[in-house]
Amino acid sequence: MQYFIQQLVNGLTLGAIYGLIAIGYTMVYGIVGMINFAHGDIFMVGAFVALIVFLILTSVFAGINVVLFLLIMMVVAMVMTSLYNWTIEKVAYRPLRGSFRLAPLITAIGMSIVLSNFVQVTQGPRNKPIPPLITEVYNVGGISISLKQLVIVVVTALLLAVFWYLVNKTALGRAQRACEQDRKMASLLGIDVDKTISITFIMGAALAAVAGTLYLMYYGVVSFSDGFVPGVKAFTAAVLGGIGSLPGAVIGGVLIGLIESLWSAYFSIDYKDVAAFSILAIVLIFLPSGILGRPEVEKV
Amino acid sequence: MAAVEKSEPENNFALALREAFYAGLLSFGLFFLFVGLETTQNIRNELILVQRWGLLATLVALVMVVRFVFVAFILPAAERRKAHKAASNVVAEPNFVSRNFSKLAIAFLVIFPAIAITLSGLQGSLKWIDNFGIQILIYVMLAWGLNIVVGLAGLLDLGYVAFYAVGAYSYALLGHYFGLSFWILLPMAGILAAFWGVILGFPVLRLRGDYLAIVTLAFGEIIRLVLINWREVTNGAAGISGIPKISFFGLFTFNVSDPNYIAKVFDLPTSSVYYKIFLYYLILALCLLTAYVTIRLRRMPIGRAWEALREDEIACRSLGINTTTTKLTAFSIGAMFAGFAGSFFAARQGFVSPESFIFIESAIILAIVVLGGMGSLIGIAIAAAVMIGGTELLRELQFLKVVFGPDFTPELYRMLLFGLAMVVVMLWKPRGFVGSREPTAFLHERKTVSASFTKEGHG
Repeated sequence: MQYFIQQLVNGLTLGAIYGLIAIGYTMVYGIVGMINFAHGDIFMVGAFVALIVFLILTSVFAGINVVLFLLIMMVVAMVMTSLYNWTIEKVAYRPLRGSFRLAPLITAIGMSIVLSNFVQVTQGPRNKPIPPLITEVYNVGGISISLKQLVIVVVTALLLAVFWYLVNKTALGRAQRACEQDRKMASLLGIDVDKTISITFIMGAALAAVAGTLYLMYYGVVSFSDGFVPGVKAFTAAVLGGIGSLPGAVIGGVLIGLIESLWSAYFSIDYKDVAAFSILAIVLIFLPSGILGRPEVEKV
Repeated sequence: MAAVEKSEPENNFALALREAFYAGLLSFGLFFLFVGLETTQNIRNELILVQRWGLLATLVALVMVVRFVFVAFILPAAERRKAHKAASNVVAEPNFVSRNFSKLAIAFLVIFPAIAITLSGLQGSLKWIDNFGIQILIYVMLAWGLNIVVGLAGLLDLGYVAFYAVGAYSYALLGHYFGLSFWILLPMAGILAAFWGVILGFPVLRLRGDYLAIVTLAFGEIIRLVLINWREVTNGAAGISGIPKISFFGLFTFNVSDPNYIAKVFDLPTSSVYYKIFLYYLILALCLLTAYVTIRLRRMPIGRAWEALREDEIACRSLGINTTTTKLTAFSIGAMFAGFAGSFFAARQGFVSPESFIFIESAIILAIVVLGGMGSLIGIAIAAAVMIGGTELLRELQFLKVVFGPDFTPELYRMLLFGLAMVVVMLWKPRGFVGSREPTAFLHERKTVSASFTKEGHG
């Protein structure tokens, strides 16, 4: 039982990270109807920015507060990663709106290759390990919960609250939901569609950057190829939760995290990625509208 | 971005300067951390930062110059050309070379080994025939196979490399465990791959567009992960080595120790070139077979159905075309050619491992199809020659090492270039850079909207 609960805790932590990435997929898909294939690599870029900021901070101001440390890493990563996603949207996706349907997906694949190889070329192909930032581990009734895990879950919950508020209660969120329903009508009603889409990409990237920072803090290592598999898993989470739905993305992320950690614990750790990819295929084929999503109506 | 409307020269320069400034600012923001600082490990295995501000400045300056030239000269020139073309509306008479391009290309490919041997000797030609000839032709064949699925039927398959793996592993395993010859296993590998094409095609019939792409990606990864983890059969990540060489229909072989070794039969000096030349002609024959089958199929009802499916799935279905069989035949025939190419690949390398079948390979093949113009055979062949041959050439250019330092590895830049090329081609000429292919059967009537603007599979 203790082992099971321990796995639940680990799965929840992993799921929080997947959920944060999944929100980027789900928001972009909701508003422009395309899979931002490069989003996994955006997450990796976020982790790398956090790594570089960490190295700058340790070499310039050694021994400052850990909380401040993490906060600076996170904020810089959010800003830089948003810049990347904003540029990608403007350069590679916006000119193709209204082109044939596969065109933006192909440029997104191209951008994913460009991002991961750009990082490989500029930062080298090796794994980048950092010393642990937070080492405290608490023991609650035989289950060890590390402070890292608590930080991840708390940060995720806080950000979700903020984003839920943004999307549901502000003018910006209203504009986003309007664009999601009918872009042409929204523009007729005076909403700047281009700006709204840009902001959506920025929001997605900011959350992916937080996920990247937390990933770096949790595992203590990052490499240029780390975007692909978490990206695919987060996409699975987004579809599982119902693409286009914000709470769905988080529920999907947590489910995928739980499935992954329980699968590794009770079945075979070698096949854990096979399990993730199989779930992706099964969900897309049999449950394409997900848990909380609306079924897509085909218009002729 | 909005440089198109203003084309007066003085206005243009001011605009170009402003655009260049913005581009420089943006690239500084993007590259500041990644190019300006490098994370490397010191002697104590700790990560440290190395500063590269010179490189950053060079790169930003380069971006600014390129943006300036683009806005100031290239965009207006392109506009003028477009206007000129629209005004004159004269179709240029194709000259001899462009009329007979495919015949000339095939003739060149047939005599290519002879040229390589005369120019660089028996041993020196090894590199040209193997690294250039065979390597490029394998990708041509794969891209032509994928072209059936993506280019003709419009089904974006991101897991194509899985069928290549099925072909390679079926030759490796059946040859290894049962000692069957290549000539039996080549068709078998094709059949097995086609069979897998149908199996993986069935569940995705209902899906379209990007969901289809992601599911095929998942299938491709599942097959690769199974190859890695099913150690009892596939020997895991270590792969299978010692795959037997192909013999010339059993008449003579290419193993020096055999009694009917080619050099003994024909009284030639011992050399490994013969095997490479043989492989070269074999893959050339396989490529021509692929092209022939594609061209013939395109004229048959099934080929027309594929093209109709690509243009509009709903219209296709309302015309009574069975989309299930249409999709499954596209998947299985495309997969079959990948299976042929895979068994050839296994025989050529003498070694297969899951490393050769990663997602990036699928992306490379897809990039070639996209660059060549989805559907156009000649365009795809040219794209494969340029992209694969180009990176091989990069490796040959020794002076690049002097310019960029001794640890310059073109493979890294290869993927960067591939990715950029995919984006640029999609933005500039979404129907392909080299060639393009309109549907074979087409009602020739003036339309207000050209075929290149219709949304595929989306009604």
